[in-house]
Amino acid sequence: MRSEASKGGAFTLLLPALLFIALLFLYPFGYGLFLSLTTAKGQPTLANYARFFGDARDLRTVWVTLQIAVPITLINVALAVPFAYYMRRGMRGERAITFFLIVPITLGTVLVSEGMLTFMGPAGWLNQLLMALRVVKEPYRFTHNYLGVVISLGIQGFPYAFLMLLGYVSGINPDLEKASQILGANRWQTFWKILFPLMVPGIAISFCLNFVMAFSVFPSAVLLGQPSGPTRVIAIAAYQWAFEKFNFNAASAISMMMAAIELIVISFVLAWRSKMYKGASMVGKG
Amino acid sequence: MRARPRISSVLFFAAIAAYVFIVLGILLTVVLDSLSKGWYSGILPPYLTTEWYKYAANDHDIPSLLSVTFTVVIADVLVALLIAFPAAYVLARQDFKGKGIVLSLLLLPMIVPPMTYGIPLAMLCYIFHLASKVSGVILVNLVPIVPFMVLVLMPFIEQVGANLESAAKMLGASRWTIFRRILVPLTLPGILTAGILSLVRAISMFDLTYLVAGGKSQTIVVALYADAYAAGARPPQAVDALAVIYFLIAMVCLIIALRFVSPTQMVFKLK
Repeated sequence: MRSEASKGGAFTLLLPALLFIALLFLYPFGYGLFLSLTTAKGQPTLANYARFFGDARDLRTVWVTLQIAVPITLINVALAVPFAYYMRRGMRGERAITFFLIVPITLGTVLVSEGMLTFMGPAGWLNQLLMALRVVKEPYRFTHNYLGVVISLGIQGFPYAFLMLLGYVSGINPDLEKASQILGANRWQTFWKILFPLMVPGIAISFCLNFVMAFSVFPSAVLLGQPSGPTRVIAIAAYQWAFEKFNFNAASAISMMMAAIELIVISFVLAWRSKMYKGASMVGKG
Repeated sequence: MRARPRISSVLFFAAIAAYVFIVLGILLTVVLDSLSKGWYSGILPPYLTTEWYKYAANDHDIPSLLSVTFTVVIADVLVALLIAFPAAYVLARQDFKGKGIVLSLLLLPMIVPPMTYGIPLAMLCYIFHLASKVSGVILVNLVPIVPFMVLVLMPFIEQVGANLESAAKMLGASRWTIFRRILVPLTLPGILTAGILSLVRAISMFDLTYLVAGGKSQTIVVALYADAYAAGARPPQAVDALAVIYFLIAMVCLIIALRFVSPTQMVFKLK
């Protein structure tokens, strides 16, 4: 297996994937970086970034997007942890439950947003129910605002975080839990001292992927929010510069900022993970 | 001690019920609205009609939308398999210098926002005359599918013992014979799983398609977004009719998929 010939063979087999990543990802990414650092005529400049930081309307999108993405990612993951914990050994109706969780992921943002407009609209079933239960007197505004975007990200993000964490929790050896209880720990202690530390890698990764999804929110911010102002997220700004003003240089600068901010948040989460993980060197059964 | 699990199970099922109510509510209102007339209040619409489907059929070239959607999805899955399988094989079987780098390069598209590489990628598609063409849409959608497939395939290949291949090699089998007679049959469940999961994902992929597709290369989800975006240009029920057509396609694929894979496989587990 380790002969020279097989090394060459390995490279040949990797070649399509390497070409793919180079041509369809690295090259566009590098091209975007190049565009962001040049003028329309190809002269090097920092003006695109300067413009972004100088334009209050565009700069605000960073704050707007973080305000949407951070809370809903935290909520999704914080809810997913107890739910995954509860279902860690399987239960009756698990298949039905997971089916309903997977449906919104499969249908995608566009259909969920489109459906929310009717279901959560002023005459929709949700408001009818809330008024019948006398929770609200007048129809509550769930759509065309910040809340609508956040709800749509919750409907799709929660199942994602939950199913992902379920994979991690159900992989933890149940003997660890038993051992902890035999040694006199109560449920609470067992959870915080044993299961939670073992879940940390899963929590960190599902946080990251959920955040990536929420931070690059685009269709639902347009359909369910107020894309001209309160939910003008960074992806909308990048899109508008590219495809409405046809200024790909300015658009690339914004999309590079988008990647930079996202990578900063992700590296914070991964730093937290590595700090936590030292505490628990025991590895659960995979 | 005994009361605690009961409270937690009540909470658990209440939350699940609320979630199911919202999901079902969203889907049922879309379906009912597309079949309704004059539904301004009340739980159910006063009249049912199929006229919005006729409207949607006049409004859009639905056969073209469907054929583009399926062409894109199937072509992407097949091409992605051809790229991902050999890569997953090497990554699952061999240790080599730079393996970590290759793996993280492959996973990078999952972490970088689609807009970041999507905008320059769309620009490149314009330069190379691929924009607004089905081939361009297929090409850009490979970016998220290939890494996903590598991740799904790797554990399946790891499960097949390497000694089977060594035995076949000792008995004089060529690489091609080993691939055809041993590797493919034994990893068939993995290939099926990866294919089906990617297919279900590909149907709903929006962002990158939207940046590149146009005119005759629109997929159904992009057409749906464009309709919903231009609210007011057509009755909302007609938009819902298109949504139902899309919904049916996605659901049929999901239900077929769930015969082969479990829902938890839809999200992968990273190490």
